[in-house]
Amino acid sequence: MSTIQVIHSGFFTTVQDGGRFGYQKAGVSVGGVMDSFASRIANLLVENDANEATLEITMNGSTLRFETDALIAICGGVFRCALNGKPISMWKPLVIRRGDVLSIGACQNGYRAYIAFAGGLNIPIVMNSRSTHVQAHIGGFHGRALQPGDVLSLRSKTITIPKNPIRWGIAFSARNYIKGKRKMIRVVKGPEYHMFTEQSRERFFSSVYEVTTQSDRMGYRLQGQALERMTNQEMVSEAVTFGTIQVPKNGQPIVLMADCQTTGGYPRIAQVIRIDLPILAQARPGDHIQFQKVSWQEAQRLYIEREQEIKKWKMIIRQKWREIGYAR
Amino acid sequence: MDYTMFPLSEYAVTIRFSTKVDEAVNDYVHRVAAFLEQQNKDGIFDIVPTFSSVTVYYDPLVAGSCEEICEWLRTELERVEQVKAPPSRTVVIPVCYGGEFGPDLQEVARFHGITEEEVISIHSRGSYRVYMIGFAPGFAYLGGLSPEIATPRRSTPRTLVPAGSVGIAGSQTGIYPLATPGGWQIIGRTPLALFRPHDPEPSLLRAGDIVQFRPITEEQYRMWENEHDSSNT
Repeated sequence: MSTIQVIHSGFFTTVQDGGRFGYQKAGVSVGGVMDSFASRIANLLVENDANEATLEITMNGSTLRFETDALIAICGGVFRCALNGKPISMWKPLVIRRGDVLSIGACQNGYRAYIAFAGGLNIPIVMNSRSTHVQAHIGGFHGRALQPGDVLSLRSKTITIPKNPIRWGIAFSARNYIKGKRKMIRVVKGPEYHMFTEQSRERFFSSVYEVTTQSDRMGYRLQGQALERMTNQEMVSEAVTFGTIQVPKNGQPIVLMADCQTTGGYPRIAQVIRIDLPILAQARPGDHIQFQKVSWQEAQRLYIEREQEIKKWKMIIRQKWREIGYAR
Repeated sequence: MDYTMFPLSEYAVTIRFSTKVDEAVNDYVHRVAAFLEQQNKDGIFDIVPTFSSVTVYYDPLVAGSCEEICEWLRTELERVEQVKAPPSRTVVIPVCYGGEFGPDLQEVARFHGITEEEVISIHSRGSYRVYMIGFAPGFAYLGGLSPEIATPRRSTPRTLVPAGSVGIAGSQTGIYPLATPGGWQIIGRTPLALFRPHDPEPSLLRAGDIVQFRPITEEQYRMWENEHDSSNT
């Protein structure tokens, strides 16, 4: 059997893919990976579709015993990883032999890592997606985080293992986006930006916010200088999305993350630009965030550039596989 | 109808028809959402109607830039007037009021100085409009609760409210689709599943529906539950 035994699950490990689209009108959140850059690159390294389901590891990782040969890639924050006790590198394809034990240790920089498996994990699709929706107990591995004793399996029964050694990976410059404990996050003005006092609007960009321990895949609650609105008028709920920054009555911003609700009624001061969401996803409680304003045009341009960059990586990786005479 | 349009993110644009809760506006919102969905435009992957706005999620690499999407939406919005409103369904929700299923029924009655039977009668006589589905899977925002039974939330929220619980919170009434913590005054429970993850349409209620509550006995509740269980196996 092409199975993988979960020996240690880690702090919080779930199956996530590119997200559950088309069901927001039924109140179902999109979910999916928090750091789509790391997850997509991990998938591309093993020649999967970029949005294939990966294991999302938070803070410290799982120990997995492979009862099958496999080809994997681990991308994301800096985690101590080992294969049969020997340190291994992230951001490159890794050959796993039947009987091997992979352990992902503590996270040294960033917060999340992604393991992609060539051919994909054998996880049923629920509402167009393999993502785990923990609140609704659906998708992923029985709708929950992994536990010791769980058995995962791979979709393809046989994986051809490349004969020649793999000596390449993603360049450091391309994966150096996580930065340290203080992160600069670019945002565009939200629909209710103008409803905040001038002082609060200024404060939002000049002060530093701390990520609190009340932060999870649904949202990051930040702590810093309180933001005030000019009126106390209640709002009618409207759509919100990954990266929307809402400000409830206490004036402390909440950044909505991958598992966020589909609609919200708090004023939206700003929206994190899409290409900075992976940086935010790699922030952990205690880290500091400073927001920087950019225009919608700039955000759109950066997004298209990022997509082109990922396309470029896909081509380079395919070329590298060809060079070592391997094609899946 | 007048509207404003603004980007929500690099892949979403909101068309806002009003900033208030209004039945006519909400009717129009659902017509727009249904109409846009019928167009099946490439690159549009989610359309989310709310009280008084519609948000369109799109892939800019397929559907075009924000400017292009807004231009397309403006043209489409001119054609909406010619389209009939989608038929409104009336959905009857059986509710077993009081007892273990409605632990706060007594409190709601006491708050208003009426009997529990009167609370049930007022609640089940009403006709409620589904303004939108949001917040949680299958959660319906209902309008139309009688002020005679509007009751503030519990001072201490429960750590676990069972799925199907029917509650009152201020001037709102609603049904918990999933077992979650919650502060609503729970007056009853329905054996119907509001959220059906394996159905093509996972939310029992749809925006624009009319909801009516029908009181059932505990025995009927149990029978309903058993029938549902056997139909699943």
